Amino acid sequence: MSVVETIQHDHAEVHDPHQQHHFATAEQQQDASKIGMWLFLVTEVLLFGGLFVGYIVMQGRFPEAWKSAHHHLQRELGALNTVVLLVSSFTMVMAVQAAKLNRRKQLIGNLWVTIICAFIFLIVKYFEYSHKYHEGLLPFKAFYSYTGPQVPGEFHFFSFYFMMTGLHGFHILGGIAVMLWILKRAYAGEFTSQYYTPVDLIGLYWHLVDLIWIYLFPLLYLIS
Amino acid sequence: MSSHSSHHDHTKLYATTLGGLLVLTAITVAASYVNFGSANIVVAMFIATIKASLVAMIFMHLKDDKPVNAVIFTSSLIFLGIFLGFCLLDADSRDKVVTGHLTWVEEQDREEAKKKAKMSPAADHHAPAAEHH
Repeated sequence: MSVVETIQHDHAEVHDPHQQHHFATAEQQQDASKIGMWLFLVTEVLLFGGLFVGYIVMQGRFPEAWKSAHHHLQRELGALNTVVLLVSSFTMVMAVQAAKLNRRKQLIGNLWVTIICAFIFLIVKYFEYSHKYHEGLLPFKAFYSYTGPQVPGEFHFFSFYFMMTGLHGFHILGGIAVMLWILKRAYAGEFTSQYYTPVDLIGLYWHLVDLIWIYLFPLLYLIS
Repeated sequence: MSSHSSHHDHTKLYATTLGGLLVLTAITVAASYVNFGSANIVVAMFIATIKASLVAMIFMHLKDDKPVNAVIFTSSLIFLGIFLGFCLLDADSRDKVVTGHLTWVEEQDREEAKKKAKMSPAADHHAPAAEHH
């Protein structure tokens, strides 16, 4: 718990020790944190947005290469990872609810399941990447060395594939790191129905990572 | 209102949402095996948008949250739409304005393919794709 002392007002209202002086109420403080998080998510949307726009413009330029290249992706693995992420989103929202309702055990359990799902996602991704690595289906002309039948321009597809899923993968890794930190604080009993903002915010982040994958999956794996 | 309505147990709502998301995932995978022509991508994006809305409204609580968060988030989508819209306008019309100028990537690839075909006429299907300049 932080060092902020409990303040007694004239009207004898006891403050939550987490509430900072410059906020009128704990609710206002939580709302402000949430707005900050949503603004961060906006920057994330625009970061990925650049890649999405590039991907779509290049698809317009190389439609045949795109059609041919996506056959190298296994849509079963993409679908599996979609399910894994959706389940992790569910356990994440359950973790937020558990924190809100003072259910510490449920909070810890759901955070663990979310972290495990995140690892499963990365393991599946590892198998997909290593398969492409062995075939030489790598980003950029310099690394692309696939020798099977193909349409000119396929390496553009794989450049986007690795940039988009790679950036997304780093977001999963970052999410895991933050979730482990939140988990440590949950074990220490730091979160109560009065104060659970960090759980709420990592939840928003995790759902956005899921939301980006919801678009990545059909765009990369299901185009035909 | 949020402090009252959100301190109930919403497990059922969240589980139903997850069920809906999984069903939509199954539908989008199944639809990808059916050939709708150019409508395939439209169908896939439509389903993805329904899924994204479910996640944003229910898992991210935008449905019951203060509207300011929804406004912030929607604004990013509007600007992404402008970004995409103008880039597509540009990509579609540039060749009509400056003939051949911006398809240099494509031309490079074609020239390389031609060179390779000259060097090894029988190898068009097994040609090494390692790109040498």
